[in-house]
Amino acid sequence: MKDFMFIFRGPTPEDLKMSPEESQANMQKWLDWIRQLNETGRYKGGDPLLPGGKTIQGKKPVVTDGPFAEGKELLGGYIIISAESLEEATQTAFGFPDFEIQGSVEIREIMKIPMHP
Amino acid sequence: MSYGESSRQLVDHLFRHEAGKMIAVLTRIFGIHNLELVEDTVQETFLKALQVWKYQSIPDNPAGWLMQVARNRTIDLIRRQHKMADISEELRHRIQSDTEQVIGEFFLDTEIADSQLRMIFTCCHPALNPEDQIALTLKTVSGFGVSEIAKALVSSEGTIQKRLYRARQYIQEHAIRFEIPAGELLKDRLETVYTVLYLLFNEGYNSSKSDELIRYDLCAEAMRLCKLLSEHQVGNTPSSFALLSLMCFQASRFDSRMGDDNTIILLEHQDRKGWNQDLIRRGYHYLSLSASGNELSVYHIESAIAAEHCLASDFASTNWEAMLKLYDYLLEHKPIPIVQLNRAILLAQLGRLETAIDTILGIPGIDQLLKHHYIYNAVLGDLYGKANNITEARRLLEKAYELTPSLAEKKLLKDKIDHLP
Repeated sequence: MKDFMFIFRGPTPEDLKMSPEESQANMQKWLDWIRQLNETGRYKGGDPLLPGGKTIQGKKPVVTDGPFAEGKELLGGYIIISAESLEEATQTAFGFPDFEIQGSVEIREIMKIPMHP
Repeated sequence: MSYGESSRQLVDHLFRHEAGKMIAVLTRIFGIHNLELVEDTVQETFLKALQVWKYQSIPDNPAGWLMQVARNRTIDLIRRQHKMADISEELRHRIQSDTEQVIGEFFLDTEIADSQLRMIFTCCHPALNPEDQIALTLKTVSGFGVSEIAKALVSSEGTIQKRLYRARQYIQEHAIRFEIPAGELLKDRLETVYTVLYLLFNEGYNSSKSDELIRYDLCAEAMRLCKLLSEHQVGNTPSSFALLSLMCFQASRFDSRMGDDNTIILLEHQDRKGWNQDLIRRGYHYLSLSASGNELSVYHIESAIAAEHCLASDFASTNWEAMLKLYDYLLEHKPIPIVQLNRAILLAQLGRLETAIDTILGIPGIDQLLKHHYIYNAVLGDLYGKANNITEARRLLEKAYELTPSLAEKKLLKDKIDHLP
């Protein structure tokens, strides 16, 4: 088994202006998806990221406010799941609930650094 | 963060209902002129829940969790307003700890109910148009989104936005107070509240234009608000109970009125075993609660009429005589064309076909009604059919067919036309 990180991007919920009913419906989809991943033993953990933050870059590093990605590029959170292969992990990611609200998932294998070279 | 084993299923409409509560409480704290700030704060609360819960699990008491977040955010906002530089540290400290206590009291259950009542009364201010009252009630009391309101009321989002804007503008400009009126004013305001709830319910019950699910939501919401009203000391009046019982009786037939493939099933052909017995029982319960004091409202009469249908084991054994008396009574209190039309249908049931037709033709303004409203054509056409005046029957039923926007109604009318001799 390998570990994969699902990196979620999409518009912030603020931008989506969902009604309470829509928010609840979206959340229920997430709860169902995570439960399903958990019941099949794939789910290893995950966290949301708070919006905002700081970015430092440049040869003479400069601090700027917030991630500069805009709109649907904003990183919203991640989860880690286990799967046999990248293909299997990719299949699993199709359950991501936010495709219809401009969300995307990036699927990356977590490299296991060997103890000995 | 690891996966929690607790509940992963939310109660239906939890967010919507909690939104209504939070908006009411926060409006009481920040004032109705700050409705925008209030709605933003409520929005933020849901965003926080959305972020945290979806990765883990729902807290044991989701409603309490939401309220707690809203409360903390409120205290935060108030404290920020109190960051006065010109007072001593001690005074600032005391102001802040007092704030926490005072704000906390607004979030007690009894106070939440009180705030919700204030919100209902404010949305139903008699100076607002009925259509604005309904839109504002759905938005702020019931937590509906603009697109949901548009769908429920078969309108466009733009129109709903305009109504909401107009209502809020009026409330601001006229400094409408966020309160429960007292004395005579309370009596008058309650009347408007009943009208709005009645309209809300009927919008869901009668409109065959929008989809079934949202219509059901509207009825359920009207009943929820009416119940809320009847449980509060200012609203536990005989009329509130009468209205609530009327809604229960009507709602008991909700599922029986439509067959598969969007066909209307008339009362006459409904399977009465399919009527929701639990709602009928509740209808009787509230009807008995409404029978106190000497207050008799139109809702009492309408509820008694609805109860009469539920009492009959089948259509044929309906007590039409009793029903006619109730309609005579209703007509005295509510002399409007649609009541006269329904009374005419009763007359026809009792075999007085000609009187029935004459009654309809005698409704003031019947020419205009026949020009614009399918229902008068449909009923009159049906009665002419029974009286063997086939030419008139066909003409009127075809006119009705042309006028109704509802596919289900068209289907029913087509069937009637096809069965004319």
